[in-house]
Amino acid sequence: MQIARVIGEVVATRKDENLTGLKLLIVQPLNADRQPAGKPLVAVDAVGAGAGEHVFFVRGKEASFPYWPEEPPVDAGIVGIIDHWDLG
Amino acid sequence: MLLAKIVGTVVATRKDPRLDSTKLLVVRAVDPKGKADGAYIVAVDTVDSGVGETVLVVSGSSARMASGLKDCPVDAAIVGVIDSVDVHE
Repeated sequence: MQIARVIGEVVATRKDENLTGLKLLIVQPLNADRQPAGKPLVAVDAVGAGAGEHVFFVRGKEASFPYWPEEPPVDAGIVGIIDHWDLG
Repeated sequence: MLLAKIVGTVVATRKDPRLDSTKLLVVRAVDPKGKADGAYIVAVDTVDSGVGETVLVVSGSSARMASGLKDCPVDAAIVGVIDSVDVHE
């Protein structure tokens, strides 16, 4: 999983039927200094995250697992909201 | 998933039979502000989108979970047409 900050959201009316009802957020991966690292991407939200929160997300087909037995076509999904994180 | 803008179309007569009757488009990734940012890729359209629209592209094996692409040899699919992008920064 990767740590990221939620920086926005995306609205799409016309979409794959298996995406109906899923929240699409823009996440910005972070480095160890909590600074942006790499390009932002769109991730589905399985945990009720919101703008500004630090989260961790999975990439790949695993992003669809929280919605099993449905298999939405997603390749990135937020699976946890971080309360706090520290590097020893 | 990536935000991308549709910049072109692709026609291929000789191709994997499982790609018959798929619509292939050329998309280019954009950042949340809409600025082109990245490589040109070929994606299968599953939501009847068209040139100029900003779309949601799913990559990798997840692309096969898009409608109608089960067991197709694809790694990028257009699964949504973007109405709005809201960045809180």
